[in-house]
Amino acid sequence: MSSLSLFLTVFLTGIVLVVAGLGIAILLAPKSFNLQKGEPYECGIITHGTSWMQFKAGYYLYAILYLMFDVETIFLFPWATIVRDLGYQGLYSILFFIVILGLGLAYAWKKNVLKWD
Amino acid sequence: MDIQFILYKIILIVAILLLSLMVAMYSTLAERKVAGFFQDRLGPNRAGIFGLLQPVADGLKLFMKEEFMPANADKVLYIMGPSLTMLVALLSSAVIPWGGTLIIAGREFALQVADVNIGVLYVFAVVSIGVYGIMIGGWASNNKYALMGSVRAASQMISYELAMSMSIVTIVMTTGSLSLNEIVTQQQGMHWNVFTQPIGFVVFLICAFAETNRAPFDLPECDSELIGGYHTEYSSMKLGFYLFSEYINMFISSAMIASLYFGGYDFPFMHDMGLSHNMVTLMGTAALFLKITFFGFLFMWIRWTLPRFRYDQLMRFGWKGLMPWAIANMVLTGFFYMLFKK
Repeated sequence: MSSLSLFLTVFLTGIVLVVAGLGIAILLAPKSFNLQKGEPYECGIITHGTSWMQFKAGYYLYAILYLMFDVETIFLFPWATIVRDLGYQGLYSILFFIVILGLGLAYAWKKNVLKWD
Repeated sequence: MDIQFILYKIILIVAILLLSLMVAMYSTLAERKVAGFFQDRLGPNRAGIFGLLQPVADGLKLFMKEEFMPANADKVLYIMGPSLTMLVALLSSAVIPWGGTLIIAGREFALQVADVNIGVLYVFAVVSIGVYGIMIGGWASNNKYALMGSVRAASQMISYELAMSMSIVTIVMTTGSLSLNEIVTQQQGMHWNVFTQPIGFVVFLICAFAETNRAPFDLPECDSELIGGYHTEYSSMKLGFYLFSEYINMFISSAMIASLYFGGYDFPFMHDMGLSHNMVTLMGTAALFLKITFFGFLFMWIRWTLPRFRYDQLMRFGWKGLMPWAIANMVLTGFFYMLFKK
């Protein structure tokens, strides 16, 4: 059995469990209709405006930073697996890479992107 | 491929998935018992002896509750959110080595579903999809509190994932492999990674708390501000999926911590006691579950001890606290390795 078919089996078993959970709940659950029940759950007053509202731009900056760093971390994994064979040369070249990574973090830090207010 | 092997794998997969569900169910009881212990009260003790039937009662209650959907919700995504969260929580168990090998009728069977050479990356990939489940569910509910909760959850999880993957890089550096089985095998004989990677372990542990949305990092669902966060509008089994997946994630995180830093199924004097191969494997699995239980207890211990972070503190801690430590740990490990292991 190749690992792909193993993962597929796990995936399908997971789907069966999830669908079974949802299905049994639909079969057993009582049903009733009430217009007020469909309203968004808030403090008891009718919601003001749309619920799909704008949110703070700070989240967006963190998302961009994450994207940068995550792509860079992925480059570290192949290096890390063979670091034993590469020796000092490999260490210094990746050090250069990590310094650039650190500079990116320092720049964001300096620009107060990491400050939440 | 022979039918024996395929049958064994299918049984193993189903057993592990059902086991994850059972552990998640009983973690809810353990959580309440531990809370009772910390707050000097008894905890649930009415359903069955020591409240052992309480999780069954809770599960049944979730099934019997009304399947409710807000009128303005996005119908498809509303169902997809919790299902996806539950599914990925179950999927991550596939690469964890639950024990060594069992020899049945002269054949060797591994207690691991798939020994792939990118096991660590697989876990990361699957955990990242978990963010989507929360994000989709929170957005589809069409509720302001749910949206706030899901945005917070996404932001928190991606922030702590970085430091987490960097602490993993150091483990990969010392073991030279991304396969979880290989990482565990190399730690045998008490060469546990926690002794060589104490900084990495602390960073990983903190990030594991943040990734599972557990206190003190439970901002996405902090009930005093956001009602229930991303699952405010959920009821019945869909709510159950969100709650269960949190406990399954806790279980898997504990298993990952045990495998990466505490030798997995390794225990002292493993090969020196003259036990048979199968006996060693079974005791190893028991040792792994003992470690998982300990970390599960640690999760609960911290939940009932530390207060919740404020959002700016959370972000400051993740980016300005953990990230520099993780990067420094990586560089230090590189130099130490070159100096002492060559």
